[in-house]
Amino acid sequence: MAAFISVLFDGIAYGSLLFVISVGMSVTLGLMRFVNLAHGAFAMFGGYVAYELVNRAGLSLFVALPVLLVGFAAVGAVLERVLYRWVSRTRPLDQVLLTIGVAFIATAIATWIWGPDQHSIALPAALKRQLHVFGLDLNVYRLFLIAMIVAITAVLHVLIERTRFGAQLRAAVDHPEAAAGLGIPVDRVFGLSFALGSGLAAVGGALGVEVLGLDPSFTFKYMVYFLLVVVVGGQGSIVGSAIAAISLGVFDVVGKYYVPGAGAFLIYALMVILLLVFPHGLIRRGR
Amino acid sequence: MTAAAGARAAPSTGLPDDRWTRWDTALWLAPIVAFAVFSDRLELGRDVVIAALFALSLDIVLGYTGVVSLGHAAFFGLGAYTAGLLAHHGWGEPLTGLVCAAAVAAVAGYATSFLVVRGAALGQLMITLGVGLLLHEAANKAHALTGGVDGLGDIVMWRLAGVFRFDLEGRTAYLYSLVVTFAAFLLVRRVLSSPFGLSLRAIREGMARMPALGVPVGRRLVAAFTLAAALAGIAGGLQAQSARVVTLDVLSFERSATVLIMLVLGGAGRMYGAFIGAGLFMLARDYLARKDPVYWQLWIGGLLIVVVLLARGGILGLVETLRARRRTP
Repeated sequence: MAAFISVLFDGIAYGSLLFVISVGMSVTLGLMRFVNLAHGAFAMFGGYVAYELVNRAGLSLFVALPVLLVGFAAVGAVLERVLYRWVSRTRPLDQVLLTIGVAFIATAIATWIWGPDQHSIALPAALKRQLHVFGLDLNVYRLFLIAMIVAITAVLHVLIERTRFGAQLRAAVDHPEAAAGLGIPVDRVFGLSFALGSGLAAVGGALGVEVLGLDPSFTFKYMVYFLLVVVVGGQGSIVGSAIAAISLGVFDVVGKYYVPGAGAFLIYALMVILLLVFPHGLIRRGR
Repeated sequence: MTAAAGARAAPSTGLPDDRWTRWDTALWLAPIVAFAVFSDRLELGRDVVIAALFALSLDIVLGYTGVVSLGHAAFFGLGAYTAGLLAHHGWGEPLTGLVCAAAVAAVAGYATSFLVVRGAALGQLMITLGVGLLLHEAANKAHALTGGVDGLGDIVMWRLAGVFRFDLEGRTAYLYSLVVTFAAFLLVRRVLSSPFGLSLRAIREGMARMPALGVPVGRRLVAAFTLAAALAGIAGGLQAQSARVVTLDVLSFERSATVLIMLVLGGAGRMYGAFIGAGLFMLARDYLARKDPVYWQLWIGGLLIVVVLLARGGILGLVETLRARRRTP
């Protein structure tokens, strides 16, 4: 039983990471129907930059995270402006091709600068400890991950449900044309949410080095997971994405622990089944 | 999709014309000349021909019907493993092996198509991606059957038609692949020029309107997807029979992505786009990747961005644009 709870705990922590990385994509995909296969590249570079900041420059991970959030939001805003905007209203095929191109370039750059080997980040001492609660061994790092998802979900929820920007965002997700007709700057809302999503992905990537690993194949390796969170969760739905991410994380970790022979097979099977049962995601925003 | 982007991206919309012209002769003479001139690089030539057939099969789905598939390698891999396993277990007859490869891939394509028909663009993309990954992982885990990451070896081919031995220089394999691809090309061109092919193009242009014209959209998509899967299976079968080894990468996502890139580079929905794209891509990869695979990824990524931003119709699309400009100065 204790073993099961500890595996479950790992799964939830893993799912939290998937959520932090994918939530930005959920918004942009829901908002613009923009298929971004290169979203994981932000997480990957977030991990590498965190490696430089923490291991080379000697910063604490806690200091590096806000830097990453702001820095990558700026990078995301620029990239959206110079590249993605050109295809944001075209066929899914063009978006798929362009973002696969970006993912290839990201992989090449990462290999070029950091080489093909795995990198890891020195965790702050505060996160390395184990907690003993009710006879269970809880890893503080994983608790921290779960706390992060709760905090981020809460902040995003307030941002989307309580602010003017959030109202514009919801209107634009529900009906872009009508929202534009009412004078909502849909392009700018899209750009801002893209930037925010990029920043969050970088934070998720930095946090996730311990769990997800960090090497140049990252973008393609986890592409499916990020897409899956968004598609299963329902596009543009924060709560749906959170539920999807955590169930996915738990399912994957529990599956790999109890049925090691099946490997990633279970997760892909789950993916196909979920797509068939919930073609519009778990939580469908009113349309 | 905006009207402007659609017009720029859509292939020529004239009535299909499958009459044989000088251009056809010229284009099909090229691989025969290559056979004579580059007799020491026939293995690469064979790979180009097989890639072209694979890209052609994707063109039916993507270029003509407008369904984006990120898992087309599933059918290529099924064909490869079918042909490979038959020969591995003692049935080395090439042509029947190819027929079996096509049949298995077609059945899988038929089954998958019902999942694909259900979804919108994003759903289709995810379903095809999911099926591709599922098969890749299944082949990886079914070590006893497929050899897993070690690959499937010991493939012994009998003489082709009881006469031509598969020689070490790959002459038989090259010509065999070329003839099969040519036959597939003729079939595809005939099918796509038929009223059935026209209805596929109509579905691509406006899926919502087709039921009103009495076109059973779902059934047409199923038929197109099954045909494409069968041809991809044949391409995979050719690959297994001529390379005499099947590795796990026949089912990989990378293969699905690469074939998509080839097709788009050459020009989707334009018949010869698959051939031009496959030829250029494979030759460029042979040249550039030998220097440094990292640079190759950089190249291909940059090329994709350029094609999407500047040349939506690929190389053939550019040629069409230039010709149209000359006609109307």
